Amino acid sequence: MEERVVEREFGELALNMGPQHPSTHGVFRLQLHLRGETIVKVVPHIGYLHRGVEKLSETLDYDMLPPVYERDDYLSPTSNSLAFVLAVERLAEIEVPRRASYLRIVVAELQRIASHLVWLGTFGLDLGGALGGGATLFLYCFRERERILDLMESLTGTRFHTNMNQIGGVRYDVYPGFDKEVIETLSYIENRVGEYREALDANPVFLERTKGIGIVPPWLAREVGASGPVLRGSGIKYDLRKNKPYLSYPEFEFGVPVGKEGDVYDRYSVRVEEIVESIRIVRQAIEGLPEGPIHSRKPLKSATLLKPPKKDVYVAVESPRGELGMYVVSDGSSKPYRVKVRSPSFSNIALIPHILPGHLVADAVAILGSLDPVFGDVDR
Amino acid sequence: MSFLEGFAQGIVLLGSVLGVVAYLTWFERKFSGRLQSRIGPYWVGRPHGWLQPIADGLKLLAKEDLIPLKADRLLFNLAPVWVVVISFLGFAFLTFTSNWVLVNIDLGLLYFSAFGSLIVVGVFVAGWSSNNKYALISALRTAAQMVAYEIPLVLSLLVPAVLVGSLDFKDIVEAQKGGWFVFFPFVGQVSILVFLLSALAEGNRIPFDLPEAESELVAGFSVEYSGMKFAYFYLGEYVHLLAVSLLTSILFLGGPDGPLFQGGVWVAIKTLAVFVGILWIRWSFLRLRIDQMMLLNWKFLTPLGLLNLLIAGLWASLNYNP
Repeated sequence: MEERVVEREFGELALNMGPQHPSTHGVFRLQLHLRGETIVKVVPHIGYLHRGVEKLSETLDYDMLPPVYERDDYLSPTSNSLAFVLAVERLAEIEVPRRASYLRIVVAELQRIASHLVWLGTFGLDLGGALGGGATLFLYCFRERERILDLMESLTGTRFHTNMNQIGGVRYDVYPGFDKEVIETLSYIENRVGEYREALDANPVFLERTKGIGIVPPWLAREVGASGPVLRGSGIKYDLRKNKPYLSYPEFEFGVPVGKEGDVYDRYSVRVEEIVESIRIVRQAIEGLPEGPIHSRKPLKSATLLKPPKKDVYVAVESPRGELGMYVVSDGSSKPYRVKVRSPSFSNIALIPHILPGHLVADAVAILGSLDPVFGDVDR
Repeated sequence: MSFLEGFAQGIVLLGSVLGVVAYLTWFERKFSGRLQSRIGPYWVGRPHGWLQPIADGLKLLAKEDLIPLKADRLLFNLAPVWVVVISFLGFAFLTFTSNWVLVNIDLGLLYFSAFGSLIVVGVFVAGWSSNNKYALISALRTAAQMVAYEIPLVLSLLVPAVLVGSLDFKDIVEAQKGGWFVFFPFVGQVSILVFLLSALAEGNRIPFDLPEAESELVAGFSVEYSGMKFAYFYLGEYVHLLAVSLLTSILFLGGPDGPLFQGGVWVAIKTLAVFVGILWIRWSFLRLRIDQMMLLNWKFLTPLGLLNLLIAGLWASLNYNP
């Protein structure tokens, strides 16, 4: 009774957070219902960045599509094209040389490091604002990421959308001296990330803002189909590189970091540890790079030549954000009949209406940041 | 002091504070740039961006002044003026050297803190009159935060006053000739800590810049302001910050006391040192949440300030010899 009177007199404040907002990580709208500053209900709205990639795929030849998919998740382009390329290769039963598989891993893991560095930087912005300590963390992380982009540039000629993956292999081979540059960059980043980790773990404000906030219980993570660091932060050891291996991942030694509580801090620490694990993988791949061809279909004569048999296939890879799956249906022509992308960000932000209520507005920003959504990936 | 003389001194003070504040913003941008491995402004007035504050001022003057259709026009226009005027008024009572102070009254400290606590009215009115939900939340936060942090602020300000037995800045400066209050065992260190923390909260600086909180509330109370009115808030913030730095140097760091140089030079050096400390905190800390911030105040700063004041009072009464 008391409760109802209060509600009638003061009501709830409906606040539209986004689509233009500094910390919604793109164009995302959260319809927050507040009582005071406490969130009582959340309705997320997506679709502001829909670009119709799936429909576009039906009008393009298979060999034209990997670059298009690189634009999908714009923080880790390679894992998108990798998923598509793997799907088509399974569809058309194309063998990939071992050297190509290793090079794909090198690029994918380097981009995982870059993506996690962007995440750490923007997470700083979420917690500390663009006019304070957060900006400092942001700029430091972007400085380190720049080193990886430089590596990409010297390897492929492009800083970001590398076009490395092609159906049948990779486009660029390493040049002499590349391994040395990679090892050097990796040890630089390893040092710096260790420093940031130390600084953040000793920062009482950071711990206050992240520990015990936005807890995702394991059952909820399973229920909504969360994957990647969000799922592992909740303590479920599920990594496609281990559980459903693709490429040459079984040949490498690496750990799968998991959290305990499933709060924002655990997701942060899982990501930071993943940077370290990725560094290990790249080191092994660079040291054990096998000799041989990098492409099994070269020279490509015409883009319309590839006509997979009538079949459908689902292939998933572990992108920095989680399970990125491609479901490709072929009708025997040179263009896919249908492509469906199972994007990790989409499933991960489905957690929002479940975990936000009860938190304050400031926590909403921290929790959204900790899920690491990329809206190019959500809306496709 | 005749009226004309006072008027002239007021103009000089106003002008110099404005100039100092303009170049403090330049200094902050350069400083934060270095901290973040950037260069900071350098194009306007090369090679060090010397003209950047002037260019910024001109740009803000030339910008279109937007007033939301459903805003309360009178309050919306008054709020920034209020903030700036009140921030400047506090300066009138501060002493810059051992003998130059604009308004010489023996209750300087009281007046200063009184004017400092009036700023909250302007910020609250700005948030309310904008008719924007983000601004409204920010206004409510402001009211809660600034009023709460007023208490530890005044408690820590009272410590030097109790030790000296006077609210006059001149007496406080005079009493520190023998030893600065920051070196006063326990009481001095605790009160400067409480003072700086609550002054950061009063001045809306990170880690306590919750009214602004641009990652949550976009820009808080100033979200609907543009052009020169926005600049007024910014100006008010920096003037307040300068006042806090100056006050710290006067109350705790001995003010003009020091070897070699004139008193004014020492005040400037100490003020700048405190200012750099505040900047350093700003550019290396994240932001607290509103409830954590209130807990910090009520459960830590206020009890500590009270205890500190009690000890200072005991010490003063034991050493009382009229």
